[in-house]
Amino acid sequence: MNAPTYNFAYLDEQTKRMIRRAILKAIAIPGYQVPFASREMPMPYGWGTGGVQVTAAILGPDDVLKVIDQGSDDTTNAISIRKFFAKTAGVATTTSTEAATVIQTRHRIPEAPLQEGQVLVYQVPIPEPLRFLEPRETETRRMHALAEYGLMHVKLYEDIARFGHIATSYAYPVKVNARYVMDPSPTPKFDNPKMDNCPALQLFGAGREKRIYAIPPYTSVVSLDFEDHPFTRYKFDAPCALCGAEDSYLDEIVTDDKGSRMFVCSDTDYCEGRQAAGHRGTQNAAPHKEGAHV
Amino acid sequence: MQSLDRALQPGFADKVLSAQATFRTVMEAMARPGQVMQVEDGVGRPPSMMAGVAAIALTLFDQETPIWLDAPLSGAPDIGAWLKFHTGAPIVADPALASFALVAAPEQLPDLRSFALGSADYPDRSTTLVLQVASLSVGPMCQLRGPGIDGTVSLCASIAPADLFARLSINEALFPRGIDVILVDGRSLVAMPRTTRLAAAGG
Repeated sequence: MNAPTYNFAYLDEQTKRMIRRAILKAIAIPGYQVPFASREMPMPYGWGTGGVQVTAAILGPDDVLKVIDQGSDDTTNAISIRKFFAKTAGVATTTSTEAATVIQTRHRIPEAPLQEGQVLVYQVPIPEPLRFLEPRETETRRMHALAEYGLMHVKLYEDIARFGHIATSYAYPVKVNARYVMDPSPTPKFDNPKMDNCPALQLFGAGREKRIYAIPPYTSVVSLDFEDHPFTRYKFDAPCALCGAEDSYLDEIVTDDKGSRMFVCSDTDYCEGRQAAGHRGTQNAAPHKEGAHV
Repeated sequence: MQSLDRALQPGFADKVLSAQATFRTVMEAMARPGQVMQVEDGVGRPPSMMAGVAAIALTLFDQETPIWLDAPLSGAPDIGAWLKFHTGAPIVADPALASFALVAAPEQLPDLRSFALGSADYPDRSTTLVLQVASLSVGPMCQLRGPGIDGTVSLCASIAPADLFARLSINEALFPRGIDVILVDGRSLVAMPRTTRLAAAGG
């Protein structure tokens, strides 16, 4: 009659309270990394334990969950986390960006604009943007306290001195609400502008490093740059080979062992939505008609 | 009959899902300062505690969160017993030690600097102030701005103390240290994290 079951969304209630309090302080201090007592989760570090704990603490029975791994809904990481919450919380899951209320992501922001009421949960490996410049936690904490971010500009300047441009292409540092320098997790810098003034709430969870931070909706997020070397997004040379999109972030797919390759949207939901609407890329002349085989 | 009067009031009917629903409401409120949110109905509480405050307590308080109560709340024996039974949170006399402060008579709110403001290194170690106010639907209008607000947002509320916004201006000078405030009127609540600023008053 009473089969053994998980507590709703796996975590015990005391852990959820602790994470929830950290989330509230993170929202109150945009970009500041709130320490929290990260738990062991039934998956290894690096697979999104921070994001999973944040999602578990906010998720309710009426939520619709989407999980993406580099924009894709159908990779191992995304599928296993989606199944984890379908099993432990019984929530509805989706691959549609528009239909989701909570989106957990590993390093991409969906191409479709996010809406008010949605929550984007990032899985973060190394939350401290200054960590590779200054390994001591005591020092980086002081640097944040004093807003002493000169070192980060030196790093970007060294990029320019060495390569002629800012070569940092992912985990590109941002300043949140004109105060804290924050690591936007290793998202491609292509996505950085989507964080600025976003209607959705953005939460970041780093399980191994035990930090939670947040960007409230409608908050200024500025990518660090120089007047003579302003922040730029990527420019892709070609449109998506499947849907023809010219405004999306592309993945390079190797198609044989002779060096052939194609570039396709990293956001699978966006790409499939465009194909369903009739958009075609160069490698997709024949419409996708799985259901039409006789 | 007397023993029945003294009996503890219940808390949430469903601890897990009610706490989740309340947290999402508080999280939305904190992410969208100035917007009035409603916690769900049906939370058990001592009579002098508003439903919104009771829901926040049952959702966020536990043995790790010292609580400070103002004079009317600490003077009511049922409040302390109810909090202790349902949350296990220690009740402290020094507001500087409190994770949360519950205030039923905000006109007698002590100086905000007597609460924990966090440190420059750990600004999160600050008191969250929960004020029971007269109304979050009628009263003087004020306009707020800051993160979470698209431009400005208007709030009509009867808030005590009358100089609350002037007092909260310490948040501007102290940032990132500061005090986060949740205003409660019955089941309604409005959050004003330390980043929220008064854009205009009156009207």
